Parts: sequence; structure tokens; C-alpha cells
Amino acid sequence: MSHIKPENAGQLEEAIKWALSEEESMEIIGSGSKQRLGRPVKASHKLDLSALTGITLYEPEELVLSARAGTSLNEIQDELAKHNQYMAFEPMDYGALFKGEADAGTLGGMIACNLSGPRRLKAGAARDHFLGFSGVSGRGETFKSGGRVVKNVTGYDLMKLMAGSYGTLAVMSDITIKVLPAPPEEKSYILYGLSDGEANRAMSVALNSSCEVSSAAHIPQIVSDKLTQEAEERAMTVLRLEGHGPSIAYRADKLASLLADFGTGSLIAGQQSRSLWQKVCDAEILSVSGERSIWRVSLPPAQGSTFVDSLKLEGQAQHYYDWAGGLLWLSLIGDHNASVLRDKLKSIGGHATLVRSAKDVEDAKSPQHPLESGEHALMKRIKDNFDPKAILNPGRLYADL
Amino acid sequence: MKMPDPDQSIMARRDEIAEALRSIVPGEGVILSDRELQVYESDGLTAYRQPPLMAILPQTVEQVSQVLTYCHAEGIKVVPRGSGTSLSGGALPLADAILLCMGKFNQIVDVDYDNRCAVVQPGVTNLGITKAVEGRGFYYAPDPSSQIACSIGGNVAENAGGVHCLKYGLTTNNLLGIEMVLIDGTVLRFGGKHLDSPGYDLLGLMTGSEGLLGVVTEVTVRILPQPETARALLLGFSSSESAGDCVAAIISDGIIPGGMEMMDKPAIEAAEAFVKAGYPLDVEALLIVELDGPQAEVDYLIDQVSEISKKCGAITSRISQDEEERQLFWAGRKAAFPAVGRLTPDYYCMDGTIPRNKLPLVLKRMREMSEHYDLRVANVFHAGDGNLHPLIMYDANNPGELEKAEDFGSDILKLCVEVGGVLTGEHGVGVEKRDLMPEMFNEIDLNQQLRVKCAFDSKALLNPGKVFPELHRCAELGRMHIHKGKLPFPDIPRF
Repeated sequence: MSHIKPENAGQLEEAIKWALSEEESMEIIGSGSKQRLGRPVKASHKLDLSALTGITLYEPEELVLSARAGTSLNEIQDELAKHNQYMAFEPMDYGALFKGEADAGTLGGMIACNLSGPRRLKAGAARDHFLGFSGVSGRGETFKSGGRVVKNVTGYDLMKLMAGSYGTLAVMSDITIKVLPAPPEEKSYILYGLSDGEANRAMSVALNSSCEVSSAAHIPQIVSDKLTQEAEERAMTVLRLEGHGPSIAYRADKLASLLADFGTGSLIAGQQSRSLWQKVCDAEILSVSGERSIWRVSLPPAQGSTFVDSLKLEGQAQHYYDWAGGLLWLSLIGDHNASVLRDKLKSIGGHATLVRSAKDVEDAKSPQHPLESGEHALMKRIKDNFDPKAILNPGRLYADL
Repeated sequence: MKMPDPDQSIMARRDEIAEALRSIVPGEGVILSDRELQVYESDGLTAYRQPPLMAILPQTVEQVSQVLTYCHAEGIKVVPRGSGTSLSGGALPLADAILLCMGKFNQIVDVDYDNRCAVVQPGVTNLGITKAVEGRGFYYAPDPSSQIACSIGGNVAENAGGVHCLKYGLTTNNLLGIEMVLIDGTVLRFGGKHLDSPGYDLLGLMTGSEGLLGVVTEVTVRILPQPETARALLLGFSSSESAGDCVAAIISDGIIPGGMEMMDKPAIEAAEAFVKAGYPLDVEALLIVELDGPQAEVDYLIDQVSEISKKCGAITSRISQDEEERQLFWAGRKAAFPAVGRLTPDYYCMDGTIPRNKLPLVLKRMREMSEHYDLRVANVFHAGDGNLHPLIMYDANNPGELEKAEDFGSDILKLCVEVGGVLTGEHGVGVEKRDLMPEMFNEIDLNQQLRVKCAFDSKALLNPGKVFPELHRCAELGRMHIHKGKLPFPDIPRF
């Protein structure tokens, strides 16, 4: 196995052309922060993008930033912060789950995994802010798509195809994203002691109001113990309000009266609020000890608590909800959870992904939710048209994708 | 604009094809008479007309699937059509293709307020979705100016935009799921009521694919609670530069308005003459800035924007005091196209996007082009996201003038690309901008897009002649030229 580290887009193309001519497969890595996510790749070589770095264009008033794929997210976020801007979709950091500390990764990895966070409810995911790229397909050809403007329908939206493709179609060298002004202030309104069902309804009331709640999470008691130093004894239902001060104050009042039936809540602000949402975002509040499997379930938000009820979780199982109930994080013990979760999802819609598995469990063979056959066949045809010899991250998504 | 040569052998089989399709879509679902087909001979790009081989009006997904299965087996081309409002000729018929009209799919299937989404059939109009949910205080955000007529299926095909895109996104950012039929009749569903899906994002890929990849038969859209209130500012400037600076300053200050529209002098004059919205006539550029959201926020931001506009040299400034006045500010902008239509027998609406700071340069070059072609042009501009809509005025009865207007339009779009922008912001490539694609993409770029087409429709039967200047056979696109034995790049660091 060799470790190939191109230093520019030309070398990247050369590397893939060589792999193609030898029919040698390559594992694509940036900083390796999400290497353990999904299916492991069995490839002959490592294609390391960590030398393709640097912000190449940033025009704050145009809301656009371009950088090379290997640029670290920390560097990008630092630069954006200087201009009070941010990536509104709040990319999750998988570091907490995989190594117990922050490990932001690279721009390329963020797009390839289509990351998002609690603000997904309002701001979308990486896919929604991805304006253009240049990269090399598994055919060894450098191609581009999109542009650097926020409104563009010229040709197929290949950005959507690349976002979430886990490097199985092409290797991106240059990426352009839309950035936005960061809200000047944030506060969170917290209701205490609600059951999952009550919380689900409260989040629905909040989201269906004009209060512009940008994130909504419910953290049951067992998990909320990990949230604060003083070990909060009760479940927390947290609603995030962001924007200008007068607007937040107004909305917080309105929210409190709308949700009066669910009890009297309290407000946290600034760093306290940001830190709470960061833990929700990065699934830092789940226990990740050795025998546990971490699951991520995406489902219709209003069905979140009904679904959890149907699982009849017991003992050491942990769970919490983000996206107003539409994203469920689970920390489960034991094997064969996949079939239980996926069977129960059939009637309500959605999908379950095994994010991190306990050792040697059967579930690890199929971390991604199985696809319908027609859909799977179509995705395979797309893969074949981008990477006919399956040299890029083979089997990363599914056995044949 | 050259369309693919009609396949005479298909045209010769018209009666037999009609009979086969009638067995799938009985009764009045197959339209053959010349008189009735006239209705379908063009879409919103009226300069091009072509009656289809026949029009088919299916009513069920099963029928769509069977029609496509039949056409796929027989090698018959299919052009899908929603309401036919495309401004780029996306639904322009072909002489040897059936026109698959989705207008009978006009039902709202399900409104799920708890999950903040609506499941609708593709023939429901864009505004129809908002109408169905506004009683409960919700709306569907993307609002293309044709929203009263355009269908949501067409919105998916074109990734339609509107004046609120900067804050609320395009169609693609407001979809949760679709059901669609491939050309071979396979029915697929992508997404649903949840926020993301496993595998490749085929929902995202389908959006804006201009009817070349499949036929959408059901759409699940996100619906949003209506903002509590909205207020607008009407700001006049002595130059487009200072108006552009004001837009940049608003965004730099961290404000993303619900809508931010700019008009140049010819557009202001045309609009004012038509609707008498009280627009100032002594300014070179007019900005409408709309803030929407909670009352306290809007009141706060209106003051902020007003301050910014003073610093940027606004020479007139009005703030809407009530809903009526806000609507009046918009009335002129919304009527800009018909208003320009009163000044000229014909106009041609363009749709490029540019980096916003290139606006003064682009407007200057456009004035030069206007002199060169001796054709007037008025500009309306989605200022927040850099999407230009130059309206080129011409008279099709003057020989050669349509061609001149088209050349003028091409020059504008080439200029957009030259300054770092794109050929189309929201109207689509269609037939209109098809031959300009090489301005933005090289052959490798285009071939990779065509390979996507191959994965969905390897016989190239769906909406041919649109988007891509040349069609290559999929077998040809699949070939690879591999040079064996080449030295593996001695320059690349390896460990």
C-alpha cells in the first residue's frame, strides 16, 4: 500500500489516472476524522488530500468562499468569524463519537458526508450551501460543476450528487460554498421535565409558530445528566432563538406564552446556549463506551416519540432528539438492533444509520439503511458512469457503491 | 435554434402509436387534432413553436408508467410538460415526440401540519400550495413570478426561484421528497417527510434536471409558518453603483432581507407609467428592500437598513407604513414585465447571474451593447443574489430583429460568464441557452453531465434537444482511454 499525497489539482488527476491504469483502488482521506463512519474501505492505496489546502477566495459581502478540499474546517471557521460570518448549516464534528475530542476535519470531508447540525431545521445541510466544485472522476478526468453565485440552474446540479457521496464518485479538489452572516446573539428557551411525547408536541407548537425557532431538541433525563456539571435532574426540551437582541426578546416572550401549557421554562444565553447546542450537534451527550452502538435515525419529526415508544428501550439504552424530533440519536447495547429499528421505521418512513458499532456485531455489515432495489440500481448506474472501475472508495456507502 | 431531426419512421406510425396509447389513457387522454394541439405548440418562450406528435394527458401514476414503458420499448421520444410557463423552452414540443401533459395531476394529497409539509400532485400550481395551507398560517416559500400558473412539477424540473430566494432558498431547498417515473416505467420515491436520505441525493439531482431524467408524479414540499409581518423600503439612488453598494452594505451588516430587488431607469419608468406606484422618476436605480419576520425584528431592521441607505447616498427613501403601501411598492416591480411589454411589440427576458459587485460593469457594458444592437433594454435584478433579468425590447415584425435580440441576449449571458457568473439563475437552459453551454463548461464537464443522463435514460428519449448542445451515445461516453504502463507520477509525494 502506498500513501499518495498530491500537492495540487494536476497531481491529483495524475494520481487517479495512474490508479485507473493499474486498476488499483484508493481510499480517499482528508484528515481522517470520519474514517470510521460508515463502511470501511478495503483499498490498495491511500489518497491523502491533506496537502490540498488554502482558502482561495473569500468575499464576505458576496457571501461566498472557495477553498481547496483539504483545508481544515477550523481554518475556514476562524476566517469566517473574523467577518462575523459562519456556515449556517452547522457541520457536525464526529470527533466526540470517534475519539472523545473535537476533530473538525476538512472542507472536502464535510461536503462528501453532507454534514449538518441542529440548525438543519431552518438552514438546511451542507448540500444546501454547496455552490460549485472542481474534481477528478474515477475516469481520471478533471471536471467542474456549478459556480460561485448563489442562484444557478445551469446544467445538472452535480453538487447535490457529490454532497453525501462519501468520495465514491469523484475526488473534489476545489469547493465553493455559500456563507452567511452569523446571528449577533443567541438564547435558548428550556422547558423541564416533559415526557418524550409532550416534548414532541411542544417542539411542534414552537416550530409551527412565527417565533423562528432555529433548533429544537429534547434530551431525556438519563442523557441530560451528561449535559451540565451540576447534573440536571430533569429532561430538557430546548428551543433555540437567534438573531438581533430585540427580536430574540420578543420571540422568547411569545414562545413562553405559546408553551404555557407545557410549564414555565427558563432562558439561557450566549456561550451557555452555544455550548449546549454544540453538545447536541456533536452527539457528545451519549455514552460511547465499548459495548455500545451509536445509531442515527432520520424520520418525520412529529413521529419521533411514537417511534421511540415502539422500540421499548430498556436498561442502559440512551436516546435524544434533535430537529424537533426528526433526528433521533441512540446509544444501544447488543446486536441485531438494525432489524428492529428498520422494521419499525417501515410504516412511518425514514432511515437508520449505524454511526459507530460495538466490536464484532452483525449490524456493522450494513451500517447504511438498505435501499429499494430500483433506487439502488439507479445509484449503481450513476457510480458506474463516474467511476467505472470502482477505484474510488469502493464499498464505502454500500457493498457495490 | 436547430432541434434534432424528427424521426420520420416514428411520425409515419402516428396512428398506430395513438391507438396503443389510447388503450393506456382512454377517452380524451390522447389529443391528435391539429386545432387542439395548437394549444401545446409552445411554452413561455413563445418565439419557438412546434406542434407535438400528439399530446397525452394521463391521470394516474400507473398510466404514466405504462406510457413511458411503451415509449421506451418503441423508441418514442417524450417531452414532459406542466403548465407550460417555462421561459427557456423547457417544454417545447418535438415533431416526433409525444407531449406528456401532467395537468390532470392537480390534487393536494395530504397536508401534514405537524411535520410542516404538504404532499401534492405535480400539476398543482405553486400558488395553489400556499392557498391550501394559508388558512392555518402557512405558506410555500419559493415564489416564481409565474406562481399563479406554474406547476410544482415544473418548479421541480426547473428548480424555480423567485424574489425570496436569498433568505428562503430555491425549490431545491424546500423539497422533502418526490415520486418519479423513469423512462423505462420504473416508479421510484426519493425522500419523504424526513430531512435526509441514505445513498446519493437523487432528490437534489432531479431538481433542476429540466425533464431530462424522469417524470415527477408527486412532490412533498416543506411549508413554513407565515412571517408575522413584513415591511418594505423604497430607496432611490443617483447611480446603479451606489445602489449596488447599498446592497453590499446591508449584507455586510449581517442583514438578509426577505427580498431585495433593483430596477434601472428604463424599468422604473415603464413600471411607473403602468401601475403608478409612486416610484421616483429622477433616480437612476431603485431598490425595494423587504424585511419580514417577527414585528420587533422587522421594526428594528427597518431602522438599520434606513440608516445604511443614508450612508450609501440614497436620494429618496420611503418606508411602508401599512400593508397596502408595501403591496404598492411591489406592484410596480411585479408588473415590470408587462409594463415593458407596453413599450414594445416584443421583449426577450434574459436570466443570468453575476457576482453582485460586477453589477456596475455589467450594466455599463449592457448599455454599450444596447447602442451597438440599436435595441433598448430595461433591467430588473434580484439584487440580493445577483440574478439579472434584462428585458430586451424588439419588434418581431421587423425582419432580422428577433435574431438581433437573440444575439444581444447571448452577448449578455457571455458577459455574465466572463465576470464569474452563470448563464441562468432560475429560468433554466432549455433550448434557449443550450448552445451557450460551452461558454461555461468544457467538453469533459458536459460529457460528465451527459453520463448522468445515461444512468437515467440511456436511449436519450426524455426531452431531447434541451440543455445539451450535442448528444453523444452512451456507449461512446462510456469508453475510457487508459494508458497502461505510464510512469506513476514521480513528482507526487508518497510514503
